[in-house]
Amino acid sequence: MKKPMLAENEFKTATELRWYDFEPGFVLVHVGTSRFYKTGDWRSKRPVWDNSKCIKCGVCYIFCPDMAVRRREDGFFEANLDYCKGCGICAQECVTGCISMVEEKK
Amino acid sequence: MKRLEIPAGHKRVGLEDSHAVAHAVMQCNVDVVAAYPITPQTHIVERLAEMVANGELDAEFVPVESEHSAMSVCVGASAAGARTFTCTSAQGLILMSEIVYIASAMRLPVVMVLANRSLSGPLSIWCDHTDLMCIRDCGWIQTVADTGQELYDSIFHAYKVAEKTLHPVIVNADGFYLTHVVEPILVMEQALVERYLPPFQPRYVLDPRRPVTMGAYGVPELYMETKKNQDEALKATYPTIIEEWQEFGRLTGRFYNPVEVYPNEECDIYFLSMGTIGMTCMVAVQRLREKGANVGVARLKLFRPFPFGELRKKLRNAKKIIVMDRALSYGGPGGPLASEIRACFYEAPNRPAIYNYVVGLAGRDVTVEDFEKVFDDVQARKEAPRQEEYVIYGVRE
Repeated sequence: MKKPMLAENEFKTATELRWYDFEPGFVLVHVGTSRFYKTGDWRSKRPVWDNSKCIKCGVCYIFCPDMAVRRREDGFFEANLDYCKGCGICAQECVTGCISMVEEKK
Repeated sequence: MKRLEIPAGHKRVGLEDSHAVAHAVMQCNVDVVAAYPITPQTHIVERLAEMVANGELDAEFVPVESEHSAMSVCVGASAAGARTFTCTSAQGLILMSEIVYIASAMRLPVVMVLANRSLSGPLSIWCDHTDLMCIRDCGWIQTVADTGQELYDSIFHAYKVAEKTLHPVIVNADGFYLTHVVEPILVMEQALVERYLPPFQPRYVLDPRRPVTMGAYGVPELYMETKKNQDEALKATYPTIIEEWQEFGRLTGRFYNPVEVYPNEECDIYFLSMGTIGMTCMVAVQRLREKGANVGVARLKLFRPFPFGELRKKLRNAKKIIVMDRALSYGGPGGPLASEIRACFYEAPNRPAIYNYVVGLAGRDVTVEDFEKVFDDVQARKEAPRQEEYVIYGVRE
């Protein structure tokens, strides 16, 4: 059987769902929907890389508990801010200290 | 003496009611039994374990270390598509209660027999409905059996309704009064069972080839919507429950109703009860009627979803309703059943006076004479009862 994947425009957020929109028992039949559930808005600080000090070791990528650090084409790393919660583990673990946590302004 | 006729497709067997339950569960061809023995439910589990051990029942018997685990196993097994059975009593029920609520929220059609027993303390093993009432709001369908035959029949009805509506079902049976009584039971032949109960066709199963999420987190933005969904769904099971009792009746000749009324004519005064005391009450009603009293008894066979409409219809001309409660809500409205009955009739055009007697806690006998005394007590009263009034009956003063 095919995996019932939803496109992002088909996905309804929690506040769009009405009481009769659920399957019995609140069973979720679509897979992979967590990618539409953007949890990055909890963040109070964001990680910022100083690529002049980065040695591309990937420790930040490995340690991120939310898989929110991604590797760019050029081999440097950045945070996916849709999901990064600003926990600071990447900055703590960074070998060269090239990641700093910067206060979110808005 | 006229010989009792055995209906087609049946055999008449002397069985302990617990063994009748086990026999029914076997006839339903369950896949998983997970239960922990507790008085007075023990004989059901023992018999099922025996059936699995000697090959009469091809099922997985999980000898769990607690009731919490028993219901957890049932939830997992049911989610994997297994027809699942458990049973418990009192302390076992409150230990498993965390998962009882989860089974209903996940809409898993588990069937559980609750051999009704009082909650400790003081420590007691005897029958009352305090265990039933402690999970009053658990979201399961709850039926009540008053005889061994009703109990045996209820198991098939429970699976049929559970799997059709995707709601778990509790079959309540008074501990000892039913579980430890040997009586003649009309046992169905397997072919008849199979005409009534088709194999379980789960709507969703845990299957890596078709992944689904069960038991997802309910964020505040949609938790209330899921609860309205569950509440509406539970209320919507009512026609199916009735329909399946009718279907069962057409096959076996034994018809059940959410409210069984005796005698078959309208009365001014009704006793209202749940469980085995209703049978005793019928004898008391016969005696009282011989003396000229216009009295009847309404036995509640369905506790959830609560049959409000049926009660108001059947008792529409009642002037007095005497609710015989086998449980007590300390510091609250007295008997929890009376509380429901008061809610049921509050807006009724000819609201009856509702009297509440708490009786038979922890196996205290409730005899024919007790019903007669309660009746005399009610008739001797000059004034209507106050809204929250109740009597803890038979307590030594």
